[in-house]
Amino acid sequence: MVNQKKILEINELETSFFSDDGKIAAVDHVNFDLHEGEILAIVGESGCGKSVTSLSIMGLVPSPPGKITNGEILLQGKDISKFSEKEMRKIRGNDIAMIFQEPMTSLNPLFTIGNQISEAILIHNKSWSKKQVRERAVEMLRLVGLPRAEELLNEYPHQLSGGMRQRVMIAMALVCNPKVLIADEPTTALDVTIQAQILKLIRELNDKFNTAVLMITHDLGVVAETCQRVIVMYAGQVVEEATVQEIFKNPKHPYTKGLIQSVPDMRYKKESLYSIPGNVPKPGSVKVGCRFAQRCEFATDRCLTENPALYELSSSHKSRCFLVEEEGGSVNGKESLVESK
Amino acid sequence: MSELTQKVSGQPIVVDQAVGPWKEAWRSFKKSKSALAGTFIVVFFVLLAIVGPLFVPQAINEQNFSMRLQAPSSQFWFGTDDFGRDIFSRIVHGARLSLTVGFFAVIFSAVIGSFLGIISGYYGKWIDTIISRFFDIMLAFPSILLAIAVVSILGPSLQNALIAIAIINVPNFGRLIRSKVLSVKQEEYVMAARAIGMSDARILWRHILPNSMIPVIVQGTLSIATAIIEAAALGFLGLGAEAPQPEWGKMLADSRQYLMTAPWTLIFPGLAIMLTVLGFNLMGDGLRDALDPKMKS
Repeated sequence: MVNQKKILEINELETSFFSDDGKIAAVDHVNFDLHEGEILAIVGESGCGKSVTSLSIMGLVPSPPGKITNGEILLQGKDISKFSEKEMRKIRGNDIAMIFQEPMTSLNPLFTIGNQISEAILIHNKSWSKKQVRERAVEMLRLVGLPRAEELLNEYPHQLSGGMRQRVMIAMALVCNPKVLIADEPTTALDVTIQAQILKLIRELNDKFNTAVLMITHDLGVVAETCQRVIVMYAGQVVEEATVQEIFKNPKHPYTKGLIQSVPDMRYKKESLYSIPGNVPKPGSVKVGCRFAQRCEFATDRCLTENPALYELSSSHKSRCFLVEEEGGSVNGKESLVESK
Repeated sequence: MSELTQKVSGQPIVVDQAVGPWKEAWRSFKKSKSALAGTFIVVFFVLLAIVGPLFVPQAINEQNFSMRLQAPSSQFWFGTDDFGRDIFSRIVHGARLSLTVGFFAVIFSAVIGSFLGIISGYYGKWIDTIISRFFDIMLAFPSILLAIAVVSILGPSLQNALIAIAIINVPNFGRLIRSKVLSVKQEEYVMAARAIGMSDARILWRHILPNSMIPVIVQGTLSIATAIIEAAALGFLGLGAEAPQPEWGKMLADSRQYLMTAPWTLIFPGLAIMLTVLGFNLMGDGLRDALDPKMKS
């Protein structure tokens, strides 16, 4: 895994929103890499900066008020965060595609499925003939496991179920064989049986085409089922990064531990499910100290005055907690820069 | 149960032909009696305007002073006016004038208003500020005053009345479509379209415009009625159609001194205006209920 080629590198990414109160960083110096063909999860509660991270990569942060204020996003070595809108348009759909949370509203209700898939094909393959486009559309619909692909082309979105629509969305996203697929909570709006099918489909497509997938989710079940590596985000920062086995076996950050404890476990009879007390602080509201300190049961005086760096336990496991430092974690070069700021 | 079949794969399929949004709207439109009545009136007047003038019994401008102010009879169905002209023939011709003015004025204002509204709603920022303030200024004037002002600048004629009516209706359409665009652009399919690399122009044309058109269609139908009244009002004030043209408002103005002695000279043009306006209003209401149930108040 470690030797795999990096397809997407996020370095010191900061995306801020400008309001009357000034600049607020929703994504605060985030670093991570996405390797070719892997499925990487970004986990966290609502408001942790997961979606803003993914929109930053796509160059779709609503502006104003949002803006990428620092850092770089390297797609195969090229910094796409500095690209113009016109250059980004060629990247979107072609190199990086995205699927969204709400399949019910992700398709235009006025046009048929075929019409919309053809449109997606034609954006990046302007010279294709009608027949080629149609064949490709049918091929894609079959690929995502939709029966009666030919008939579906003439149907309207309202005639399809949520799961079918999400499959159509996936087909549209993959139409140009993108290298990276960003899935922003692709299963949140679906019921559980359909969720499992969609996740299986994403895994299969990832296998088949070696498309790297960035899975944004708040559901640890989804993580366990699909991903190889996990990034846990909290209040705009990466608080833990590890392989999926490490995360579940040996979580280091108290926030990660809390998240894992709040998943129902069939093996133990518990009176009530664990929940982390409190809420995610509003971006920009924690000025000093660890952002999780207010909700952390292990918090010490140091946590309230100093923001911990991302300590490295091994090459694949990092955690932003002083407890890790005590265990002998080291700070890597990049992170100490943030510390000294 | 017969509506449902079970496929071997276990995927239940509802047997239903692909029903587009338009077909569905037609289904619900058909159910409303008043909408159908309105459509019937509109179709009647449209046909009258198109083919009526070919069949009218008398030439419209033929003056016959021996037949001045004749009451309705078998020869002159709606009577004659003070020049001895056949009112029925003039009303049939007038349908052509009124509908042309109503229709084209609304087309012009809808096209210009939609264009400005879409630009201002989609791009926002300073463009929105400029266009919206411009609309606000126009709406600060009573519309008929504005129309009178425009006609006095351009000179009184039916064509200029049409232009004036088109201009005063622009902000109505502009504001309507702007507010719709503001909500449509938040839709996830717009974000999804951007995520597959669609350009702004294409998103506007493919996603924003078609999904914002419905209130414009409804408002357009209702506006034709208003435009016809406004054209008649301008005609009545002597700022629209010129002397021999059988414009309904003008006919009312020319005959108002005969209200007591020859009421048919006023009743029939008035009735024609009222019926056309009623037809468009009923049809517009029906369209609104069929196309956009949420707008029902």
